[in-house]
Amino acid sequence: MRRSSPLLRLIAMLVYAFLYIPLCIVVVFSFNDSKLNAEWVGFTLYWYQTLWNDHEMLLAVRNSLFIACCASLSATILGTMAGLAIHRYRLKVLPILAFTPLAMPEILLGVSLLLFYLQVLNLTLGLISIILAHTTFCIGFVAIIVRARLQGMDESIFEAARDLGATPWQAFYHVTLPLIKPAIIAGALMSFTLSIDDFVITFFTKGIGEPILPIQIYTMIKVAVTPEINAISTLLMLLTLTLITLANRFGSSMLRDPSH
Amino acid sequence: MSLIEIRNVTKRFGRFAAVDDVSLKIETGEFFTLLGPSGCGKTTLLRMIAGFDAPDTGQILLDNEDIISVPPEKRPFHTVFQSYALFPHMTVAGNIGFPLKMAGKSSEEIEQRVTRTLAEVELSQFSDRYPHELSGGQRQRVAFARGLINEPRLLLLDEPLGALDEKLRENMQRELINLQADAGVTFIYVTHAQNEALALSHRIAVMNRGRIEQVDTSATIYNFPVNRFVADFIGKINLLDAQVMAISTQHLTLNVNHLGKIRVPLKASVNVNDKGVMAIRPEQINITALDPNAQNDGKRVGRIRDFLYIGDVTTYIIELADQVHIEALLANSVPGQAQRFEIGDQVAINWQENAAHFFPD
Repeated sequence: MRRSSPLLRLIAMLVYAFLYIPLCIVVVFSFNDSKLNAEWVGFTLYWYQTLWNDHEMLLAVRNSLFIACCASLSATILGTMAGLAIHRYRLKVLPILAFTPLAMPEILLGVSLLLFYLQVLNLTLGLISIILAHTTFCIGFVAIIVRARLQGMDESIFEAARDLGATPWQAFYHVTLPLIKPAIIAGALMSFTLSIDDFVITFFTKGIGEPILPIQIYTMIKVAVTPEINAISTLLMLLTLTLITLANRFGSSMLRDPSH
Repeated sequence: MSLIEIRNVTKRFGRFAAVDDVSLKIETGEFFTLLGPSGCGKTTLLRMIAGFDAPDTGQILLDNEDIISVPPEKRPFHTVFQSYALFPHMTVAGNIGFPLKMAGKSSEEIEQRVTRTLAEVELSQFSDRYPHELSGGQRQRVAFARGLINEPRLLLLDEPLGALDEKLRENMQRELINLQADAGVTFIYVTHAQNEALALSHRIAVMNRGRIEQVDTSATIYNFPVNRFVADFIGKINLLDAQVMAISTQHLTLNVNHLGKIRVPLKASVNVNDKGVMAIRPEQINITALDPNAQNDGKRVGRIRDFLYIGDVTTYIIELADQVHIEALLANSVPGQAQRFEIGDQVAINWQENAAHFFPD
């Protein structure tokens, strides 16, 4: 292996330091036996206990998990269908429509969804509107991943299935679905991660009432930064990391080898 | 009654007619080949028979019944694709058993028949392998086994030997002939390789620009091509500009550029003064050394310009005039003799009268 220059290594180390030191501090201070995030006093699980007894916070976690489950499920189904359609019918416009929201500023999406729900749909803002909004911006991600998977595959495989006696549904169930499964799983995990920690769009579409996790954390910080925030952040970080690792594993295995 | 009848089938992509008013009959048990250059419409025609594409006009009949509205899975045909199209997420056994599973056979029957088929194609020890763990030749055997296991009435083959190297291809050609004879299944085989078509087929349909130029047995197509395209596409042939001078009951008399007056077999719908080409295969030309002392009037004479020694045969390139050459192919049947003529030798050129053809422009 080629050795990189010391300067480049230093720069890389600095980048990693700036990225991960703040995260490490949050984790470390979630176990700190002090109300202040200033100096290390001693180890405690007190803040996790506090969290466990904070009903508002637990409700926010429950709401966020519920939203993420619903949004990722519907986005995965719709996004998979979109990816299949874009690939099969060589669509030109749908991919642009599906993929643009990914690049759109979130604030724009948030504002437009808010106005749409209030003024066009006459929707009462709440969990439903948040699920709708999250589904909307997750579809594109799933569609992109599914389509990328299909693009790498020999088209005649799907014709072969029909040719050898499979009805369109059988061909989908026995051939297409197993082949795009890694992409579907990766897309679902991605959607879940995006949904659970989304702030901007959630903020615009949540209305008043139900507490949602990222917003709840933000509200708590406005009052005072207590180590309880460190504790919930640590847990959120753990969940996100797990999902991203899983998504990556499915994602890279599907790029490496089409048989799994 | 033919197994398959194609009646006036046309398929257009935009304004381009990929298949243009094609009619064909294919009999039960035949090894039938669609042969032509790339873009001639052979694959499009195959896809319409398989059911992946529908013709714009015309009919495709199976046992005298139109099957155009029948989806591919309901047609008793299977296809061997150029890429083999093996299912990458299924083992060899899973791939071969797939048609039986789709046909609703019991799992015992599937297992039994797959085991038997695997033994027949000598792949028993690869039963649990995935396609990407097989060699090219093994993948191809899996593709054939998968195509044949559910006993289709017709096997469609889309250039299945295209991805193999030459040595393997020759072996596979022999295997294919045996396979077809043993299975007794009708084959429709698509290829652009004329030697493959000649070696394998009972009958060949030569296609060009969406149309069928000639349908006949290998030997007839090779020896009696109906037009210049077929003559030129199948095998090697010398083409010399010619004009019809006279027509008798059995012959055309041609005035051939640099060779003079030559008689060829009669051809229908040709008129005096028609222009075209005289065609003659290299192996049908005989060349003899010219004796400079003898009377050489009236003989067709050329000079050896170059030769290609390929081992079994030598191709001599004979110059008739400046920039006008014909090729003659002579078998090297005498051991130790690489060539019979030297560059620069004057030679006399002969052939049997019925070996040459005239193709009007």
